[in-house]
Amino acid sequence: MILMAEEFDVIIVGAGPAGSCAAKKLAQQELSVAVYDRRAEMGCPKRCGEGLDKKVEQFIGTVPSRCIAQKIKGGRLYAPSGKHVDLTADYGGYVLERHSFDKWLAVEAAKAGAHVQTNTLIRKLIIENGFVKGVAGEFVGEPFEARAKLVISATGAESPLPRQAGLKTACALNLVDTCVQYEMANIDLRQSDWPDFIHVWIGNEIAPRGYAWVFPKGNTTANVGLGIVPGAVNPKVYLDRWIRSMPDIAKGSIVEVNAGAVPVGGMLKEMVADGFVVCGEAAHQVNPIHGGGIKEAIISGQLAADVIADCLKNGDVSKKALSKYNDLWWSARGNQMRNVEKLREVFEKISDKDLNELIDILKPEDIVEFSHGSKLSVLAGVLAKKPHLALLARHLL
Amino acid sequence: MGWTLNRDKCLKCGACVAVCPFAALELESFPENDLKKCTLCGTCEKVCPVSAIKVSK
Repeated sequence: MILMAEEFDVIIVGAGPAGSCAAKKLAQQELSVAVYDRRAEMGCPKRCGEGLDKKVEQFIGTVPSRCIAQKIKGGRLYAPSGKHVDLTADYGGYVLERHSFDKWLAVEAAKAGAHVQTNTLIRKLIIENGFVKGVAGEFVGEPFEARAKLVISATGAESPLPRQAGLKTACALNLVDTCVQYEMANIDLRQSDWPDFIHVWIGNEIAPRGYAWVFPKGNTTANVGLGIVPGAVNPKVYLDRWIRSMPDIAKGSIVEVNAGAVPVGGMLKEMVADGFVVCGEAAHQVNPIHGGGIKEAIISGQLAADVIADCLKNGDVSKKALSKYNDLWWSARGNQMRNVEKLREVFEKISDKDLNELIDILKPEDIVEFSHGSKLSVLAGVLAKKPHLALLARHLL
Repeated sequence: MGWTLNRDKCLKCGACVAVCPFAALELESFPENDLKKCTLCGTCEKVCPVSAIKVSK
């Protein structure tokens, strides 16, 4: 199939979780689908701590063991004081190997009939009479073009494609966290159960608005990273300083360096144009409190695929017909993500002293719910009892 | 005066491209800046995780 001049029903740009999950669902409905990814190897380099909650298996089936670096019970949250609480959920989760996971999802799409192609950098949408009709770029450095009835951009936040279709996808600077991560080997947190948890340190000294993390991949290897609101000092400076304060991490080796900006809010209201749909991180569909985007990408890719399949059957891929995806995503995920964004807006205004107190007061199972955008009235109730936090309580409700 | 990228520092993560308010940046092998669109606003400099970009007016 390589380089066949062909018209597809749908072209998907980006073979991450959103793109591959959309591709599989579309291909299963007998639609012809092409997926193009600029990278030579899917999922590499990662821009991600690789955490995923197991509930996502309801959407993608059982994750193969080769994609899983570590099974986890939950999260261990460290207050600025150093005291920690364990946040567990019966479903648990994984720290993935993104290169294996992303390749698995792409192979699943290919097995369903999608035509997947790496090393394909798409620079331009082909637009005719206002409708997106295809893509143009390079395949291994040679000019490349393909046409389709509709194009999905599942490219991550930096893609120029949505802008060419008239969508406003640039992230506001105050709505991203800037992050650096080292994959480190030969570390040790001196807690016998530490590989059972992803570890998260919060506090304005450690990581303003964000957090420092250690996501284990086996007993002595982990993704060690840190994200912050963009400011005068970059996150690498914070990360290096924090690692130096943790001798059992500092003694480890750096075997990979990753970085990126993660959207922490500002989910797009308008995600469609004539013949065009945007999914996943490209639509800022990321959990605003923890920055996890894999689950949201999978859900949005599948929702978009359902709407697109309907629109293609009806022969109408206009912005108006596709706008059902805006409605479906906002009712399925967006409103909840907006709640999480409010939680993040409150979190960034709370002092380290208050964070220490709150972690003592709040029930761990409630903190888990807050991170999904649920039970925020419980948090508001606690904040309302402290006069200086009452305004924040009101913001949550 | 101008926009400079330290290619030895740059991790090619695309953070600068994602936040550029003027669509001046695109991620090729490295981020490339279209100086016809760039206003030297400094947003890319602020987001860069490793301070690889310097902007001066």
